[in-house]
Order: sequence, then C-alpha cells, then structure tokens
Amino acid sequence: MALPAYAGPIETTWYYTFRFLCACIFLFLITPILVIIPLSFNVEPYFTFTSGMLAFDPDAYSLRWYEDFISNTQWTHSVKNSFIIAIFSTILATTLGTLAALGLSKPHMPYRGLMMGILISPMIVPLIISAAGMYFFYSNIGLDQTFLGIILAHTALGTPFVVITVTATLVGFDQSLTRASANLGANPTTTFFKVMMPLILPGVISGALFAFITSFDEVVVVLFLAGFEQRTIPRQMWSGIREQISPTILAVATILVIISIALLATLEVLRRRSERLRGMSPG
Amino acid sequence: MNKIAKISTFAVAGLAIAGLTSTAQAVDLNVVSWGGAYTASQMNAYHKPYSEKTGVKINSIDYSGGLAEMRAQTEAGNVTWDLIDVVLSDAITGCDEGMFRPIDIDKEMAAAPDGTPASKDFLEGTLLSECFIPQIIYSTAFAYRSDAWGGKKPTKMADVFDLKNFPGKRALQKKPINNLEWALIADGVPLNEVYDVLDTDEGKDRAFAKLATIKKDVIWWTEGAVPPQLLADGEAVFGTGYNGRWFSAIAEEKQPFAMLWDGQVLDIDGWAVPADGKHVDEVMKYLRFATDTQRLADQAKYISYGPARKSSGPMVSKHATLGIDMAPHMPTAYADQGFLTGFSWWADNGDEMNERFAAWLLQ
Amino acid sequence: MADDLTQGGPVLAADGTPLKASLNKAMRKNRIRALLLVAPLFIFILFSFLVPIIDMTFRSVDNWQVGTLMPETTKALAKWDGKDLPDEPVFVALIADLQAGAESREIGKVGTRLNYEKSGMRSLITGSARKAAKLKEGPYKPLVLKMNKRWKELETWTVIKRNTSPYTAGYYLNAVDMKYAKNGDIVRQPENRRIYGKLFMRTFAISLAITIVCVILAYPISYLLATLPLRYSNLLMIFVLLPFWTSLLVRTTAWIAMLQSQGVLNDLFVFFGLVDDANRLQLIHNLTGTIIAMTHILLPFMVLPLYSVMKTIPPSYMRAALSMGANPVVAFVRVYMPQTLSGIGAGSILVFILSIGYYITPALVGGTGGTLISNQIAYHMQSSLNWGLAGALGALLLASVLALYMLYNKIVGIDNMRLG
Repeated sequence: MALPAYAGPIETTWYYTFRFLCACIFLFLITPILVIIPLSFNVEPYFTFTSGMLAFDPDAYSLRWYEDFISNTQWTHSVKNSFIIAIFSTILATTLGTLAALGLSKPHMPYRGLMMGILISPMIVPLIISAAGMYFFYSNIGLDQTFLGIILAHTALGTPFVVITVTATLVGFDQSLTRASANLGANPTTTFFKVMMPLILPGVISGALFAFITSFDEVVVVLFLAGFEQRTIPRQMWSGIREQISPTILAVATILVIISIALLATLEVLRRRSERLRGMSPG
Repeated sequence: MNKIAKISTFAVAGLAIAGLTSTAQAVDLNVVSWGGAYTASQMNAYHKPYSEKTGVKINSIDYSGGLAEMRAQTEAGNVTWDLIDVVLSDAITGCDEGMFRPIDIDKEMAAAPDGTPASKDFLEGTLLSECFIPQIIYSTAFAYRSDAWGGKKPTKMADVFDLKNFPGKRALQKKPINNLEWALIADGVPLNEVYDVLDTDEGKDRAFAKLATIKKDVIWWTEGAVPPQLLADGEAVFGTGYNGRWFSAIAEEKQPFAMLWDGQVLDIDGWAVPADGKHVDEVMKYLRFATDTQRLADQAKYISYGPARKSSGPMVSKHATLGIDMAPHMPTAYADQGFLTGFSWWADNGDEMNERFAAWLLQ
Repeated sequence: MADDLTQGGPVLAADGTPLKASLNKAMRKNRIRALLLVAPLFIFILFSFLVPIIDMTFRSVDNWQVGTLMPETTKALAKWDGKDLPDEPVFVALIADLQAGAESREIGKVGTRLNYEKSGMRSLITGSARKAAKLKEGPYKPLVLKMNKRWKELETWTVIKRNTSPYTAGYYLNAVDMKYAKNGDIVRQPENRRIYGKLFMRTFAISLAITIVCVILAYPISYLLATLPLRYSNLLMIFVLLPFWTSLLVRTTAWIAMLQSQGVLNDLFVFFGLVDDANRLQLIHNLTGTIIAMTHILLPFMVLPLYSVMKTIPPSYMRAALSMGANPVVAFVRVYMPQTLSGIGAGSILVFILSIGYYITPALVGGTGGTLISNQIAYHMQSSLNWGLAGALGALLLASVLALYMLYNKIVGIDNMRLG
C-alpha cells in the first residue's frame, strides 16, 4: 500500500499518521523484550539504565549477573531440569501427537470433531484448572514431586500443538502418493518413512518445537507438581520475581530471548522449506 | 514403525531413569524449612554438626509454609518429607488432622544440661501441641526508615496509623492475621483484650474500619523478603516483617532502618514429624540432637530469633561473623511490648476472616 | 456380468464377495486403523488430563468427612427432626465418634470441614474430642452441653446434620457468594463477605477490556502486514512472532523492569519532566500493570488470526469501491471491515479464553487491584487448603471456558486453528 502519486494532503497526512501508529504498536511489542538485554549487563543491581550506561561508559557494564547465574547451583540445576523435562515430554508429545494426527486425517475417521475437541482440550482449559486437577490426581498416585509426573503433565499440554501442526500439513497431503507407493509394492512402514515422513516432517518439527517451548516455558503445573528437586527455569524465575528481584533474572531472560530467536529462525526455515516442497509459493 | 518403537523404548527407559534418580538416595533425611537466612542458620547450627557426628546426610528442602504439600502427601500415602519446620498454628491443625506424629517430649527429647526435663525446660506456653517441638520465638514487627521524617521518629505502633505526622506508604502483609490486631490496638484496645474485642461482630467491624483509614497508603506484600526491599528502595516508609529479616537488613546490610518493637506479635516456630514419614526412627534421633540446649543456643549466633529453651537463653552470645551481641536483637527481650498471637482464635475464625479480608481488599 | 446386472443381482468384487460388503469391510478396516492411530494419544489424554480434571470436579461436591469419621452420629441424627436439641442417644453416638476420632487422630478433618460453614466449629469439634477422651459414664447430654456452649445452639446441630450427607452443594454456594442461613435456608452472603461473584465479574470485565484493547492494537498492524509487499511484511512479522515465542516469565519480568516506579518508563517520564521525581507513577501492582502486561502477551494471538483473514481479502474490492466514488472511510467501514469480522471473532474469543484463565502475570504484576479468579483458586489450593472450594471455583471457570470454546468451534472450527 504505497502512497499513490496522486494522493492529496489528507491522504498523505493519514498515510503517515497510520504508519506512525503502527510503528508505535510494533514498538510496544518489541521494546520490553529488547530493553532487558542491555539492562542485564548493568553493573549496578538496578532494573533501569544508570547514567553511566547511557554514556556508554564501559565500567557501567559487566557480566556479573551472568557469572552469578552460572555460579549459582540453584539456577544451573534448574537449567538441567528444564531441559530433561522438555526433551522427554517433547519426544512423547511428538510421537503420540503425530500418530493421532495421522489417524485424524484419514478420511474414514469416526467421531472426528469430538476426538479433535478432546485432544485439543489441554490447550484450551485454563492452566490453573489443569494444574489443580493434576495436583490432586497425581499426588494420589504418587506422581507429585517426581520428574515422571511433570513430564507426563507437560506431554499432555504439548500434544495439542503437535496434533494441530501435523494435521495442518496433512491437509495439503496428496493421499494418492501413498496409494502409488502401495501399488509399487512398498509396505506401509516403508511408505510412511519414505513417502509421508519427508512431506509432513516440517509439520512434525514445528509441532515438536511448540511442544518443547510449551514445556520449557510452563510454570503453573510446575508450581503445583514440582518439589524442590524438580525446579525448572521458569519456576526459579517465578520465585525470583516474587521474592528478591535481582538482575540475575534479566540475564536469564536475555538467554531465553536468544533461545526464542533461534527457535523462531528454525521455524521460519521450516516454513519456507515446506512451502517449497509442496510448491505452494516460490522460495 | 521400527524407529518409532526405538524412540519410545528410549523415552520410556529415560523416564524410568528420571523417576528413579528422584528417589534413589533413600537413607538421607529430607528436612523441610523456610529457606534463606533461616535455613542457613539451621544448616550451620544443626545439620552440619549432625552430619559430621553421624554421617547421616540432611537434604534441606525449601517451602513457603502452609500444609498444602504435607496434606497432599499424606492423602496420597506417599510422604517423602521426614521433618518439617512449621509455625505453631499449622502444627496444631496438622496434629488434629493426623498428619503429624505425637511426641512424648520428656522421653524423646533431651533434658537440659542440669537435668531439667524437656517439658519444664521449654518456655512456658510454647508446648501447645503434642506434635510440636518449639524451636524459636520470632516476632512480626514494624520497622521504619529512620530518615523518612527528618528528626521525627515514631515511638509507638499506633503511629503507623497516623498519616498526618508520619506520611508515606506502609508495607503490610496481605493477610488479615496481625493486621486486625494492630488496627484494634491502634484504636485504643489494650493488648490483653484484643481477641475478646475481635470475637465480637462490632470488634471485627471496628478493626476493618481502622484498617480502612490507611488502606490507600498500603503496599501489600506476600513474601517475607519483600518488605525490607521496599523500605530499602524507598518505596515504603513503614513495613511489617519478621524480626530476623529486619535484623539482617539493619545489622548486616546497614540499612537506615529502625525497629518499632511496640505491638510486636510473638509467634512460635518449631518442628513437626510427619506421621507417615519413611524414616521416623532416624528423624527422632536427629530431632533430639537438633533441639537440645546447645544447638538452640548455637542457632542464635546466625539469626536473631529467640531460642525456645530456658536453658539456652543465657548461652546466647555474639553473632558468628559480625561479632555483635545478639541478646538485644531477640524479640523475647521486648516481650512486654507485644503479645502472643491468638492461634486458637485464628484456627476458628481464619476461614471467615480471610474471605472477609479478600472482599475488603476488592472494595 | 451383464446377466447379473440385468437381473439386478449384487456386484461382485474380484474375490467373489459382493462389492458392497467388501467395501464395507475395507471401510471398517480403515476406520479401525484410524482409531488405532488416535487411540494411544486419546488414552494418554484421558488418564493424564481428563480424569484428573473430572476428579477435581468431584472434589467440589465430595463431603465424606462427617459421614465417614462420625458414623454413629450420622446414624443417630438421621431421625432428628431439627426442632429442638437432640436427645441422649445422639449424644452417646457423638461421644463414641469423638473418642474414636481422637484415637485415630482424624477428627480434625471434621472440624476443618465444618468450619468452612460456620466459624468456631473447628475448635468445638477438636476441643470436645480432647475432652471426650476423658469422659467415662453417661448420661452424656448434660456433660456435653457443659463442655462448650456451642453444643446448646441449634445451628451447630443443623450444620452437622446437613453435612452427614456424602455430597454437598456447600462449596458451590460459597463460590457464588451464597450460604446456608441458621435455619438451613440458602441466602446471599453478607455484603462484606461477597467476593467470588465480584471476582468473576472483574475477571470477565478485565478480560473484555484486554480483548478490546487487543482488537484496537491488532487491527492496524494486521492491516499493514497484510497489505505490505511480502519482503517487508515478513520482516515486520518478527515483531509479532518474537514476543509470541518469548517466555511468559521473561515478558512479565520485562514489564516489571519497564513499569516499576524506579523503572525505565518512569525514568523517561522524569527525564522529560513529565512527572516529578517524588511523584513517580504507580504503573504496576495494580489494574494498569495487569492490563498492559497481559495485552502485550496476548496481542500476537489477535494479530495472527486477523492477519490470516486480511491476507485473503483481495485489494481489488477496496479499489473498486474507491473508484466508484466511495469516500475512503465509508469504503473501509462498509466494504473492508465486514470481511474481517470472522478474524476479529476468532481472535477475540481466543484472547478472551486465554485471559480469563490467566494466573502467572496477574499474580506477579497484579497487586491487589489486578488479581483474577484463578489467583483465588490457587490461594485455596495452596494456602487455605479449602480444596472443595478450589474445585468448585475451578469447575465454574471451566464451564465458562468450555462454553466459549464451543462458540469458537462454531465460528472458526477447531480444525482451522493455525499456529505461528
């Protein structure tokens, strides 16, 4: 919507006002995330820019909060926990979710809508309710304060994303390809791995990324189910914010932002690859 | 499906390992406490010497109080905690609900060095539940920024409610307990009549009405670490908090705060043993050690909470690293200016008051 | 074959079975294969997710305490008419139950349960149980009445009798600010104890406000993204997607750094002289903070569906309207906006559903003014231990979310939900 050459003064004013408004909204979205990055290098234990920082005095910047993060066993422990929990629940969620999506996309799937509704429900039910239910039930069967309990809970929360993304890839999937493969004598396993898998892989991977970030970022269920041994990064941040807000949290936050940028980039690459493979858009 | 089968076997095996590691160290004792400087004082005074003496490893676990986790563990029949540091009121509730084990104090706890049986050695009025071994007397008291009003300084708790002479934000705990009592005292009710007045409908109305006079100047806190920080940042001029936290802010961090002992609410904190714990015998041995005269006196070297044994009192000496005399920082030194919390009144009225308080906050 | 057809006989498949049956068989096989693929996840979700939630809802009506721990009293009270204090047999039963309860050390659970309905029941039950252990001989009625004056109140007995039933509506009444009056009628709570109704209303109001702000902010940028050439819009899309992929806790922390009174925004205001250093604005730990932070967190959920709808609207419609002489504003409102309604609907319901269940952000930046119903649920789960009430509040919240979910399904269809 470039400004046409014949635009009058009203159009021109409106055009720039509109762009300015949009710029403000984009700023609102991105500023908080970008602001914490320089703040995490603050030498002082404050949450705001010191005059030294504004003058780009190198002494006003330091890595002390990163050192604090690395040397604090509670934090390093929580990093390890977060990865253990997120990796196992991602594997489980991706496996279960992909199988279910394959089933749901079969033309003869009975009760499709109802099934879909049930399988997606962990995404819709407010986390506090899921956490409350799991807290009562999991502690009754001795799964509270265990890694297994949290992994199962996070798997449940992550599967809807896998189901949705893989189903979406399968919508564009040409079923005659599997028939062709079968006609040519391939067994279903070979067909799955040689024909289907490469095509739905982008969907599976982006679903897995969603499942990973869901677990990696989840705190409500962890608040209820985890004991001290299972504390994750978000759980540690939660008590950090509630108790003593130290810039170490900003250092952790910066690291997490970098991780999300990496995830975002991976997804973008996948999306382009998927579109190219299916010939939906050029490059 | 080979790959998927492999992946799922891998996942299941991994899960089994993850599950196992959390329960592997079976002989250690899981001791639950409040964290921070308080747990540190227990580690120094109890855990370390006991581990050195017996070789038993103590896992220190932090919690934020309350009986939720304890009750969930008991209901599930899977109690992983061996010993828990609780406030008296929680010990009473937990004891009544069968979560905690009754303790024969004279038989199972150590006598004083001079042979006085334990039941006579703990301070009068602290052995209020058969499941509870007192450890410390702490208080919730006001502190203020000593530089807030020039040369003027508050002298009594009622000054907190005096917005004209002492303007500024007050940091209060987001709970009715203590706040209602303070409101009544500031409104002129004598210390020893507070709970009688609070037991009447008019008394409750009066307390909430008095509290309402400062409501717009209150910052409500929920975590004990917050009020000293609010005062340090200059966001509040008065704050309520646990006296140990104020002590470390004033004595260790040299913050410009001063204590207002007047109106302090004394409470008792101590140990309770989960009835269905897995290592009851071992934990009773530990408990006998950790609550003897010497250990309780040792703890006071690290934190300004008063030991619950009479025989420990005279042994309280100087701070372990700062070298200051600890006696004047003990809430028990100012016991006459405060009162003991009405735990039985709160046991009955807590549910109702919490709801009313939440409704009042919403107004 | 030709004969068969003319005679109207069944069409046969290659193996000689009728084609219809063969097709049915194949269909059934396909159906079973599809079901088998879905089954593992379905069973997993059932046990790890649905059963726990149903279990929680069950807790909101479960009332086992009195019936199980005071079986004799329950039996004896069944015949009581509720007009006068009960007679000796009830007191005999009461003492038996209290003694047994003190012995098993479980009587406190009865006290805890009854105290939810009437303050003072806790100490009445636990105190009397302690005294009952010392009682030897009857008649018990005068002894019990002497134990505590509350035993002389008819209401005490009404409360106990009401809770001998294994199920209760008490938690739901509590959750909608009602209670049983002394005589057992259901009445509203006194003004100063009404809280959950207000909180539900506030939760809905705040969610609605956030949804509206999200629409207002999302509309222009989605329009811009949808109309710009792809290479620019892909770049700008990062501004939407990066927050979307960034940890919730990180974004909440960021807003604390931005909004607190010694924070970035207040520093800027002071620097530009908009605000006096002594009177920094209170932007956090109140309603403002909650709305700002939650809007930021939920905005991408509005932009993405709006964008995908706007992307499908051909620009020629607007050009046509303009070329036929319509005023640009009129053309936009009458031609463009109606076509985006489905996107607004989808985004709004999504944002609304997500915000009424929000817990973390309001708990961290909400203070007292910005807390929502989920914070109260967490409070009853973790602090007050009134798990029945937590269950009832949770079930009510769940019901409203499910209703919205169905609406969403009707408007958008779950199948059409797209991510990222």
